[in-house]
Amino acid sequence: MSAAAAATGASPVRDAVEWRLAAPLGLTYVVFFAAPFLILLGISFYADAEQTRLGFDSWVKFYTDAFYLKVIFDTLKLGVFAVVATTILAYPLALVFRASSSRMQRVLIFIILMPLLTSVVIRTFAWIVILAREGVINQTLMGLGLTATPLNLLQTELGLVLALTQIEMPLMLLPLLAIMNQLDQNLIDASRALGASKWRTFFRVILPLTLPGWIAGATLVFASATTAFISQSVIGGARLVYLPALIWQQSMVVYNWPFAAVASLTLLFTVLTGIMALSWLGRFARTT
Amino acid sequence: MASQQTATVQAAQPLTLDGVTHSYGTGFAVDNVTLEVKGGELVALLGPSGCGKTTLLRIVAGFISQTNGKVIIGDRSIDELPPNRREIGIVFQNYALFPHMTVAENIAYGLAARGESRAVQADRVAEMLATVRMEGFADRKPRQLSGGQQQRVALARALAIRPRILLLDEPFAALDKNLRLDMQIEIKRLQRQFSLTAIMVTHDQDEAMSIADRIAVMSHGKIEQLGSPVEIYDEPATLFVNNFIGSSNLLKGRVEAIGPEGYRVALESGAVWKLTSKGRFEAGAPVLVSVRPEQMVLADEAAPDRLPVALKLSLPIGGALIHDATAAGGEAMKIAMPRRPGALSTGPGTAFAALAPHARPSLFPAASS
Repeated sequence: MSAAAAATGASPVRDAVEWRLAAPLGLTYVVFFAAPFLILLGISFYADAEQTRLGFDSWVKFYTDAFYLKVIFDTLKLGVFAVVATTILAYPLALVFRASSSRMQRVLIFIILMPLLTSVVIRTFAWIVILAREGVINQTLMGLGLTATPLNLLQTELGLVLALTQIEMPLMLLPLLAIMNQLDQNLIDASRALGASKWRTFFRVILPLTLPGWIAGATLVFASATTAFISQSVIGGARLVYLPALIWQQSMVVYNWPFAAVASLTLLFTVLTGIMALSWLGRFARTT
Repeated sequence: MASQQTATVQAAQPLTLDGVTHSYGTGFAVDNVTLEVKGGELVALLGPSGCGKTTLLRIVAGFISQTNGKVIIGDRSIDELPPNRREIGIVFQNYALFPHMTVAENIAYGLAARGESRAVQADRVAEMLATVRMEGFADRKPRQLSGGQQQRVALARALAIRPRILLLDEPFAALDKNLRLDMQIEIKRLQRQFSLTAIMVTHDQDEAMSIADRIAVMSHGKIEQLGSPVEIYDEPATLFVNNFIGSSNLLKGRVEAIGPEGYRVALESGAVWKLTSKGRFEAGAPVLVSVRPEQMVLADEAAPDRLPVALKLSLPIGGALIHDATAAGGEAMKIAMPRRPGALSTGPGTAFAALAPHARPSLFPAASS
C-alpha cells in the first residue's frame, strides 16, 4: 500500500508519521543542547564576572571593543579563506574524478577519505613539522636557494589556511564529488557541440548544475574552519586569536563566564550568518 | 513568418568517413568504416547495441578521437577540430536540454557561445521557436515540457547554430509510440527545410525505414550493408541483415541444379523452388532460403512447389492474419496473409505453403554441417 503510494509519487494516502521514533534524539537535544543554550543565553546577561548583577555590560563591552570586533572579523575571514582555498582545489579534482574510471574513483575516494581516518590533533601537529622554521617547506626552499632566511609560516594566517585547507578538504570534496558524478555527460557534450569552449562549458553548465553540492561543502568547511579550536590554537598560536580561543580563554583562564557566553553566542551567530549566506546563494542556484 | 522561410540556407555539404577505426584496448568498437553521406541526405546507422554505431556518432561529433581514419565534411578533414569548432548539431536521446535554463536560453546557447549580439539571438530564438511550432514556450523550463516538446526544443537548439551536419542519437527512443510518427515527419521536414546532411543512430528498424534515405546496417563495428530501405529489406546482403531487418522464415535446402533462370533449390521440408540470387552457389551446396511472412500464401492442395505445414495459431494483427506454423522439417514459420473482412482466425490444421507471385526470397550459404 505505502510502497504503491510511493511508487506513484505524491499521494495523499500515507501512513501517519511515527513521531516517537525521533524521541530519543529529540530528548537528547532538549537536555544537552536546548537547555544549555538557554542557560548560556541567561549567563550572558550577567554584568560582572562574579554573576551577581544583571545587565548588558558584557554585550556592550564585547561589541564596542575594537580588539573583539577584529576577532569576529578574523574568524569570518578565516572561514571565507578556507572555503575559497578548498573550492579552488576541489573543483579541478572533482572534474578529474568525474572523468576517471570507476576503479580509479575508488582509489581517489580512499585517498580523499584518508585524512579523516587520522585525528585532527595528529594532522595539526603534522602541519607544525611541515610549516616550522626548520620544517619541510623551509628546508626545501632554503635548499633550493629560494630564500636565505626561513619563512615565518607558523603563527601566520597563511600557514593556518594551508593547514585548514588540507584538514577540511574532505568536507568540501565529498558532496561535490557526489553531485559531479551525477551530472549528465550529454549536457557537457551538448554544450561543446553547440560551440562552447571548455571554460564556457564549465561556467555555464557544470558550475551552475553542481552549485548545490558546492554549497553543502562550503557550509561544512565554513562551519568547521571557524570553529577549529585545535588547529587555530596550535598553528595560529597566541598571536592569532579567533573566537573559539577567546571563549576558552575567557571561561577557563579569566573565569569571566558572562563574557565567554557573549563570545560563544557571537561565534554561533557568525557561523549561522555564513551558513545563511550560503543557503541564500543556493536559492539562486537554478538547477531545475 | 516569411522571414523564416527565406532564411539563407547554404548548400548541404557531404560527410565522408574514410576508413574510420576505433579500438578499445583489445577489440574494435568501429572497424574500418568507410561511408559517404551525400549533401542533404539522411543516413541511418542501424544495428543492435554494441555494434559501434554510437561510437561512430561520437567520433563524428568529436567527443572521441578515432584511432585511425578520417572524418571529412565537404572537402576538409575535421579530425583536428575540437567539438566546439565542428559546427555539428546534435540531438541526444535524452535531449540533454540544460535544466537550469529556459527554452529560449537553451536555443540561444550556441549563438551566445559564438558571441552573437542579443538582438541576433532574440531573432533567431523566435525564428526557431516558430520553426518547431513552440512559440509561447520561450520562458518555460525543460522540466515543464512533455517529451515531444523537449524533442522540438532540442531540435531548435541544434538547428539554431545553422549546423553543417545534423546528428541524431536514438531521437525517438524516449517518445510514446503514437508521438513517434509525428516527430519522424517533423525531423524529416526540418532536415529538408534546412537542407541538412544528417546521420541518425538507431536500433529500431521501423524508424530507420521511415525517415532514412539510406540505411547502414552495422554489426561488430562494421557496416554489413549500405542501401536504400527497400534494398535492405528486399535484398539483404548477409544473413545478419536478413535476420535483423523485419521478420523472415529461414528454410534449409540444397541447390539441386543451376539453370539460366536461377537456382533450383530443394527444401528439406519437401518443396522445390526456382530462385534467383546475386550470390554464387555450387550445385549441391547447402543453402538457407529466407522468405518474408508476407511473401508466402497458404493453399489447400499439395503441389511440388508447396510445402506442407501444420498450422498452430492464427492471429489477426491489423489487416493481416498471421499464421504460426511448423514445416515438415520442424522449422517454425510465420505466414502473413491479407485478412478477409469478417474472418478472424482459422483453427489448427494442415495446409500447404507456397511462394506468393511477387515473392523474391533471399538465398544464403548455410554453414555446412
